[in-house]
Amino acid sequence: MKFTEEHEWLRVEGDLVVVGITEHASEQLGDVVFVELPEEGTEVTKDEEVCVIESVKAASDILAPLDGEIAEVNGPLVDEPGKVNDDPMEGAWFFKIKPSDLSQMDDYMDENEYKDFIG
Amino acid sequence: MGELNRTPLYDLHVALGAKMVPFAGYDMPVQYALGVMKEHLHCRAQAGLFDVSHMGQVILRGDSYDAVARAFETLVPMDVLGLGEGRQRYGLFTNEGGGIEDDLMFANRGDHLFVVVNAACKDADIARMKSALEPAVSVEVITDRALIALQGPAAETALARMNDAVAEMTFMDVATIELAGAECWVSRSGYTGEDGYEISIPATQAEAVTKALLDMDEVEPIGLGARDSLRLEAGLCLYGNDIDATTSPIEAGLIWAIQKVRRADGDRAGGFPGADRIFGDLAEGVARKRVGLVPQGRAPMRAGTPIFASAEGGEAIGEVTSGGFGPTFEGPVAMGYVGAAQAAVGTELFGEVRGKRMPVTVAKMPLVPANFKR
Repeated sequence: MKFTEEHEWLRVEGDLVVVGITEHASEQLGDVVFVELPEEGTEVTKDEEVCVIESVKAASDILAPLDGEIAEVNGPLVDEPGKVNDDPMEGAWFFKIKPSDLSQMDDYMDENEYKDFIG
Repeated sequence: MGELNRTPLYDLHVALGAKMVPFAGYDMPVQYALGVMKEHLHCRAQAGLFDVSHMGQVILRGDSYDAVARAFETLVPMDVLGLGEGRQRYGLFTNEGGGIEDDLMFANRGDHLFVVVNAACKDADIARMKSALEPAVSVEVITDRALIALQGPAAETALARMNDAVAEMTFMDVATIELAGAECWVSRSGYTGEDGYEISIPATQAEAVTKALLDMDEVEPIGLGARDSLRLEAGLCLYGNDIDATTSPIEAGLIWAIQKVRRADGDRAGGFPGADRIFGDLAEGVARKRVGLVPQGRAPMRAGTPIFASAEGGEAIGEVTSGGFGPTFEGPVAMGYVGAAQAAVGTELFGEVRGKRMPVTVAKMPLVPANFKR
């Protein structure tokens, strides 16, 4: 699993990369009340805003961590945004991306580096 | 930024694991372990305890209550003289332009007037009162007392365990009541739309009284985050967001707060700052009005969201001044100003969120029914 400085996690699953936000991020956000997902099939470029999540406190963007195509989105999250707080590392993934250049993963932190990053 | 002030309950907040944030010059709890959503729901279901010691507490004294009341009426368009002993009322400091300088609570405590003002405005409010009222009326700023609020349907049960005299009070009553040996100034009021109390406690005894309440099963500590969503659902204004120096009480829908005796045809008409504009607004109507707004989708519309009359084109006809998610309402809630022509309940409007116009409906406030003990 890899981690971005934007507190996203990336997990390789076959030829796709699953993207969610970390436990730390979900705690910092507070109760999530709204999730807007991208459309499946959308071509995205790295660092482009692809999702919006809103908590009781504020709105935040989720960035595409890699170039590629949105292959699948976690539709049920829209009706159950609270899952982002309950199960951020597994069930509340946001989207699966079909990367055009998997080597972009190398830019990101591993788990120990992320732990150091959040202190 | 200078050093943040701390309330007498600061150590308790930290011990309770609160997340502390700067607010109006104070280091204040924004949430505790439960989090904003659960704190909000707990307050509506049971009882929530809030530290509001950052607010300004002021005592005004003169030759008599009546003398103080007449002087205070030069600053607020409220009936102060006619307020009964042991009763509290909502008020507004107005300016010469008829805008609102702050909102406040004032109480007739027999030989004096007790005033509670917003933290962010308190220095200006105190200066305003001193300049207008002294020397005939003394302005005593109370710095050695904490202020807490206990709000929710179980507030009476909880507080009555410490002194059952509080159960006799009705909405907007004030009384001096002993709690755990402390002389407390209690009012039956709050900022959540729920029944409850606001309690001024000597600073040295504040932690003991607060802990005694928090030890009760019904009571959980509630931070500023849930305080904001509770008051928003209740349709209550946040000074600086929903009312400010440019909004008249009439635009803000606060006509009810100006008693008849102070209006144009009343016995003590006018005599407060901005009376001309406020009477003009009352007689001729206003161009914009504060309304409740219910976004029809799931996306919250936050403060600053522009409001349009149609899905495409046209200029903005208003703006959200407070908005977020209503845990009890179970959806996004907001309030803001729209043109008078668009202010009728049920009017379909559009709020622009991230460049997209989303439907929003003008709704009657409060969005969650109030639950006061009248």
